[in-house]
Amino acid sequence: MKIGLFIPCYIDAFYPNTGIATLELLEKLGQDVDYPMNQTCCGQPMANSGCNSDAAAAEALFVKNFAKYDAIVMPSGSCTHHVRDNFDAIPQTDEVKHVRAHTYELVEFLHDILKVEDFPWAEFPHKVGLHNSCGTLRALRTASMSELGEPFFSKPMDLLKKVKGISFATPKRPDECCGFGGTFSVTEEAVSARMGYDKVRDHHEAGAEYIVSADTSCMMHQQGCAERNGVPIRFIHIAEILNGARA
Amino acid sequence: MKVKRVNHAKAAEEFLEDAPHLTFHDERLWDMRQKRDQQMHILPEWQDLRSRASEIKEHTLANLPEYLEQFEANAKKNGIHVHWAADAAEHNRIVGEILERHGSKSLIKSKSMVTEECDMRSYLEPRGVTVTETDLGERIQQLDGQMPSHIVVPAVHKLVPDVAKIFAKNYNTDPNDNSPQSLAEAQRMAARPVILAADAGMTGGNFLVAETGTFVVCTNEGNADLSSTVPNLHIATLGIERIVPRMADMGVFIRLLSRSALGSPITQYTTHFRGPQKGGEMHVILVDNGRSARLGMEEFWTSLKCIRCGACMNTCPVYRRSGGLSYGAVYSGPIGAIIDPTFNERKYSALPFASTMNGSCTNVCPVKINIHEQLYKWRRVLAEHHELPFVKREIMHMAGRLMGQPTLYRTAINGTEVALSTLPRFVLYNWLNPWGKHRELPHPVKQTFHSWYKENRLKKGKAQ
Repeated sequence: MKIGLFIPCYIDAFYPNTGIATLELLEKLGQDVDYPMNQTCCGQPMANSGCNSDAAAAEALFVKNFAKYDAIVMPSGSCTHHVRDNFDAIPQTDEVKHVRAHTYELVEFLHDILKVEDFPWAEFPHKVGLHNSCGTLRALRTASMSELGEPFFSKPMDLLKKVKGISFATPKRPDECCGFGGTFSVTEEAVSARMGYDKVRDHHEAGAEYIVSADTSCMMHQQGCAERNGVPIRFIHIAEILNGARA
Repeated sequence: MKVKRVNHAKAAEEFLEDAPHLTFHDERLWDMRQKRDQQMHILPEWQDLRSRASEIKEHTLANLPEYLEQFEANAKKNGIHVHWAADAAEHNRIVGEILERHGSKSLIKSKSMVTEECDMRSYLEPRGVTVTETDLGERIQQLDGQMPSHIVVPAVHKLVPDVAKIFAKNYNTDPNDNSPQSLAEAQRMAARPVILAADAGMTGGNFLVAETGTFVVCTNEGNADLSSTVPNLHIATLGIERIVPRMADMGVFIRLLSRSALGSPITQYTTHFRGPQKGGEMHVILVDNGRSARLGMEEFWTSLKCIRCGACMNTCPVYRRSGGLSYGAVYSGPIGAIIDPTFNERKYSALPFASTMNGSCTNVCPVKINIHEQLYKWRRVLAEHHELPFVKREIMHMAGRLMGQPTLYRTAINGTEVALSTLPRFVLYNWLNPWGKHRELPHPVKQTFHSWYKENRLKKGKAQ
């Protein structure tokens, strides 16, 4: 299986360690991974703003970059959701359909496709609060949703439980959106920042040293809210923990 | 006429500045969501009920004319006068004419979103009719000159001292007496004489039942029963989408309604109105006011399934932190954001963007309206109809072009890095930068992933 790695723009620019961890982790798991150098964006910001036709160039480039791979993996739930569920600014050719059907968010790829049993190199002796982004939770369904009362399951938790020394804090409102919401974070900045502040405080009060998530965009926002409001909590992407980061 | 867009973001920012109101609002509504969850856990058939309710509503909406005519025929057999109102103006005119025929000058009414939608009070009052809301929350809002901020708990954005001030102004009570008991008593003492002296009563309604020609009103205060039975004249006004085919369907909807709304198993009063009381007169007004047009909208017609429980508002993290009035519309919250634009696209064009599209609303909806997907679709429609602010549209055009050109894009990304690491703080965090108003920017890094990969993989011989 040949894997194409997609690193979203904000990870590329602000959180390269998340990209590196994703790549190294897949390599440690014996995967053949390429990072196409001409990649930019999946088109989500434009499409989510209603400007779907403005997403066409990004979507076409995405397909050009990734059509040749058996699987496209990305450490981002919302980008995966866009490609899988909303990627329709361009004609739906066989290539496009192939890309959409074979795009995976990292956690679901590890959990459902590779079915990884353990991460012998991973150890994280800290108490963490897991943040499920709304993209992974309610669109990709990598965990059970509180509104539906369904039996508990959590793919990211399944993976994290295989990490030595880790323990978990349970916030009061684990499913509540953190308020990032893409361009919402700017157009509705006051509500967005308040939601982020409430979110990091909830985790902090539950005793979390770290917030861990499969989505860097949520954490970029939460980190900004925590720092501005003096909430002492750190942030780490799940790929980094699974790849063996100790702090 | 130039229509002014509702500025949700600005109104929300003002709401957020008042910590006690914000905290109460968020926690009170979250508590309602928690109680709703508890009720859901008690009923193992909850998801089946939601599916049934959704199917019944979709079936009914697909056969709306037949069921409405069936209702009309059966209601007439029950001695009910049935009226059809194509829009708000016709609705208000019908009400005015009925009152005029009876010489009614004092109308008491229970809560009805349709009368809010039709702005009925401001039609009737200049015509000499005194309209008195009998629902406590709605009465508070009436006295304060505000729209309801929530479809079930209309004054939920207010604290007890706010109510004490409003009552002091209107009922001459002590503005510093913040005891809910004495405030409730003041309202009771003020309302009872009005109720007893009223010459007409009005209610909304939750369900029309086609096969029986009856309708159902659910309240917790009993005020709808007083409003409808104390005067001899009862006018009920309901949207045409409120219809269900059979009485048996009530077994599905009544189980879902209050559990979803307040997290209580059932409302205190569930009244089936079957016809006028002895010597009295009963009127039902079936209101369209844009509903037929909405039914024809392929992507949005299922919003007509709504039973007005407010669960989507209670769970919405944006609504809880911005307050219902920030939506500037009769219907606020997630359901408001998908139906308000059907009344006026330009005026309500910001509302589908007042959401993170997190999807919690869709999950709690008892009739399975795909609210967050409709929000997404509305954004597209509004962009296509040129209802996005100019700056946003231009930014998206530019971003779209940039994202299609890897070389330009790479230059821009590198520029961001340079900017973050070199520009002074007052430049990065100024009023032009909404991100930085209440939040820190991400930290600059030494190297992008892209350049790391080039150095650590490509140069080390990995073929592209």
